[in-house]
Amino acid sequence: MAFLSYLINGLSLGSVYAIIALGYTMVYGIAKMLNFAHGDIMMVGAYVAFFALNSFGLPVIPSVLLSMLVTTCLGVVIERLAYKPLRQATSLSVLITAIGVSYFLQNGAQLLWSSSTKVFPSIISSGAIKLFGGQLQISYLTLVTIAVCIAVMVCLTLFINKTKTGMAMRACSEDKGAATLMGINVNRIISITFAIGSGIAAVAAVLLCATYPTLSPTLGSMPGIKAFTAAVFGGIGSIPGAFLGGLMLGVIEILSKAYISTQLSDAIVFTVLIVVLLIKPTGLLGRKLNEKV
Amino acid sequence: MKNDKNFFKNLFSNKYRSRTLSFLIVIVGYILIEIMMATGSLSSMLKSLLVPVTCYIVAALGLNLNVGVSGELNLGQAGFMCLGAFMGVCVSGALAPVIANGIVRLVLAIIVGAVVAALFGILIGIPVLKLQGDYLAIVTLAFGEIIKSLVNNMYIGFDANGFQFSFVENKLHLAPGGKALISGPMGATGTQLVSTFTVGVILILVSLIIIYNLLYSKSGRAIMACRDNRIAAESVGVHVANTKMLAFVISAALAGAAGALYGLNYSTLVPSKFGFNLSILILVYVVLGGLGNMTGTIISTIVLVLLPELLRGLADYRMIIYSIILILTMILTNNEKVRSYVGGLREKLKARISRKEAEAHE
Amino acid sequence: MKFEKLVKGGLAALMTMSMVACSNGGSAAPAETAATTDGGTETTAAAAGEGAFKLGISGPLTGGASVYGQAVKNAAEIAVEEINAKGGVQFDFKAEDDEHDAEKAVNAYNALKDWGMQLSLCTVTSAPGAAVAPLYQADSTFAITPSGSSLAVIYADSANQTNAYGNVFQMCFTDPNQGVASADYLSAHTNLGTKVAVIYKNDDNYSTGIYEKFTSEAEVKGLEVVYTGTFAGEDNDFNVQLTQAQAAGADVLFLPIYYQPASTILKQANDMGYKPTVFGVDGMDGILSMEGFDTSLAEGVYLLTPFSADATDDLTKNFVAKYQEKYGEVPNQFAADAYDCVYAIAQALEAAGATADMSNADLCTALVGQFTSMTFNGLTGTDVTWNANGEVSKAPKAVIIENGVYVGVED
Repeated sequence: MAFLSYLINGLSLGSVYAIIALGYTMVYGIAKMLNFAHGDIMMVGAYVAFFALNSFGLPVIPSVLLSMLVTTCLGVVIERLAYKPLRQATSLSVLITAIGVSYFLQNGAQLLWSSSTKVFPSIISSGAIKLFGGQLQISYLTLVTIAVCIAVMVCLTLFINKTKTGMAMRACSEDKGAATLMGINVNRIISITFAIGSGIAAVAAVLLCATYPTLSPTLGSMPGIKAFTAAVFGGIGSIPGAFLGGLMLGVIEILSKAYISTQLSDAIVFTVLIVVLLIKPTGLLGRKLNEKV
Repeated sequence: MKNDKNFFKNLFSNKYRSRTLSFLIVIVGYILIEIMMATGSLSSMLKSLLVPVTCYIVAALGLNLNVGVSGELNLGQAGFMCLGAFMGVCVSGALAPVIANGIVRLVLAIIVGAVVAALFGILIGIPVLKLQGDYLAIVTLAFGEIIKSLVNNMYIGFDANGFQFSFVENKLHLAPGGKALISGPMGATGTQLVSTFTVGVILILVSLIIIYNLLYSKSGRAIMACRDNRIAAESVGVHVANTKMLAFVISAALAGAAGALYGLNYSTLVPSKFGFNLSILILVYVVLGGLGNMTGTIISTIVLVLLPELLRGLADYRMIIYSIILILTMILTNNEKVRSYVGGLREKLKARISRKEAEAHE
Repeated sequence: MKFEKLVKGGLAALMTMSMVACSNGGSAAPAETAATTDGGTETTAAAAGEGAFKLGISGPLTGGASVYGQAVKNAAEIAVEEINAKGGVQFDFKAEDDEHDAEKAVNAYNALKDWGMQLSLCTVTSAPGAAVAPLYQADSTFAITPSGSSLAVIYADSANQTNAYGNVFQMCFTDPNQGVASADYLSAHTNLGTKVAVIYKNDDNYSTGIYEKFTSEAEVKGLEVVYTGTFAGEDNDFNVQLTQAQAAGADVLFLPIYYQPASTILKQANDMGYKPTVFGVDGMDGILSMEGFDTSLAEGVYLLTPFSADATDDLTKNFVAKYQEKYGEVPNQFAADAYDCVYAIAQALEAAGATADMSNADLCTALVGQFTSMTFNGLTGTDVTWNANGEVSKAPKAVIIENGVYVGVED
């Protein structure tokens, strides 16, 4: 029974990783850049939601929407100001810029909101479903987290596959030049991608803080790296891959903490990642790289 | 006599100019700083930056060989530094009762640090170099984190009865007078400081000699061929795996040596210092200095280590200004207008010089 | 190719600029320090006011640990303002950022040295403190750390507790002291529970130091430790540790950690319906004043702390009111320790009749003499004394949280 409870905890943690990883993977798929500031955009989302809930006393749903609105705008502004001028530059230059943006957001948050830790309020009643005569408890929060993750994943997949903009996004990720020739405004599509990815980050932020309620300006860095790992794990650029990678990462992390060692859990997670990449060099669901001479 | 003339001519020929420039910068910089120290015009703060700057330069030179010359994005350089640093501290700490001379211990520590890092480089390189692009990057990141995590759980100590080692839990039972060399997450404390600026500069020179000799050799050309076009290189008989491994291992060894020098410059050292952020920091030095450009790496490392210290006057705004400078530098150096403007200036300058030369000839 | 050239050129220009800036900015300071070391005649900057002591500190003002650095800096500023307003001893205070990193702490120390620092609050956190303590010893500058609680801050050989630096003092308890005090309290009060689970942060000097001493002491005192869990870095998932502690049947949860992770542990334990007696140490102080924290979660938590922001004595009330007015937050124990440090230095300077024109070494000798013989009354304790190794002796007070405030527990 303990195993099941760990597994469900792992899925809940993994759901949060998965949602952050979706943002990473979408941006990578379209703009071919590793947006290391993604975790920090999430951090801003967490603060906005905190102030909406705590200081303005807004209900949960409007707070989440407000937070999404702010991160969406932030994502687009960052893309316009910092990444767009580097469209033609080497991927490493863009990577360094993303790191600069990450520093900027962290330090900006510290100046604006001070570094003292804030506690995110409970947004979901703390009850639990009891199964097997109370031996297995699943909190509502865990259920909501997993459900939201699945919902986000489904919406995103539908959006990418069924809408015209989604089709344009797929075209851009396939071949930017050809997409331009077909009359697609690539810059607009990249902006939309950043907007969606950043908006989702706010959802992740609220879920993350609901489970792990302490807020600090460096809140985004560790989940950011974990989510990046999850995205690569699943095959970077692939949306189902990010989902699968996130869930697996969460489960492996919790199980290795529970059954092997709390000290070595990070080392174990990364070892599994390496083993997976050695067997499948482009991640679980990643596309094979075609080499041409 | 003729040889001598050719020698000097060669130094500034297109092929060797960058090498000469690198060595010149390091040596002239060293002499300048020694003069400033002798005349007492160097502030304590700048003095304390000398050794870490040399460490970062060596680690960044190694990374440049890996990222710039070999073309593999490595996000785990800090892991190799971590190995070198803790091996170095152990070696120096364990030898302290036997060898009194700090410099000897430092050199031994650097050698051991470099060798251990190189061995791990080989071990890690075998799986890593089978991958490509961002997947390779994330695996180096993963190895860096694994190394950090392992050192974080390592306890090494010694007393009159010999060495003791334990993992995950601190099971060291040292006799009175014993010394814990590494105590897990608390790292190494009470390290004797033996690192000196001069040894650091010598280490930079040695690194440059190794790197440039490699670059101008057959192996170096093979490395660059693999970077530019792997398949084409393979088809003309270059053994890609071995070639890339060479660059990777040398890069790791240099990071290890830099780590040992770094570790012996501070009386306390914690494994969490060598995380992802440090790897990124070194990568920033490399990218800003120019991929494959060793002189650029040296200059950019010096500037970027100095910059946050010089911004101390801004107090709380220091790091935010630093990040803005970083972003603006990347945008400006990649801006077409700025580039063409500077390119134009260079052309004009060149034209003027050649005109003058021509006039002089007349 | 052009790109590289451009970068190189730009960087070279930047470097020249920075070197120029260095020599300009630095030229005045080294001259001053040079004068101090050579002739022993300190010339303080005129701008600072005649006869002001230059008091420095380094701490994490940015980055993940900045909450501690900012608290210390703020409280020290309040203390300096108060003391300066009184007349008598005057301070010129400067805080440098060390990002909770040994390398940056050494840089910060040297920046302070260039500024002409005469007295120091050392560092805010332990690892940087251990890195700069030998420098304070080498330069004979007096230092007292408000919150660097590791033994490595005051001993060169911390494992054997020998070779104390002698001029580096602590205002907070050393970590082992707290471990002993906690084990003492729990073994004397078995009504709280007999099966102890410990969750500590294993990459933190503070937490590991308390934990190690606590377990060895618990063994001696016959306390049964049924589960030990760890976490590191920014980990914030404690479900595994809590599930295992619960499964081991622990009825006391000992948390030698800071209040931020502790708040998460309390919430997660509550969510899973696990309700042990929670016992914390001084790092737990601050939990009630976290913005947004549901204080009902902390009901019935025991902690050993020298400082409580809810205390009703005039000293605490005045300090808390001033701090809140100036910075909009309730001060924690870091802030209180820093405030006490500045007052302790002022008291020692007055008693020694020290003047700002004394050399660092003379000041250091005078202050070490005072600190090892005086008793000090402050926010964090009364009749506080120090031994020659720099360790503080003050009584930790056990308090329990009831209805969102600290209530003293009778022994």
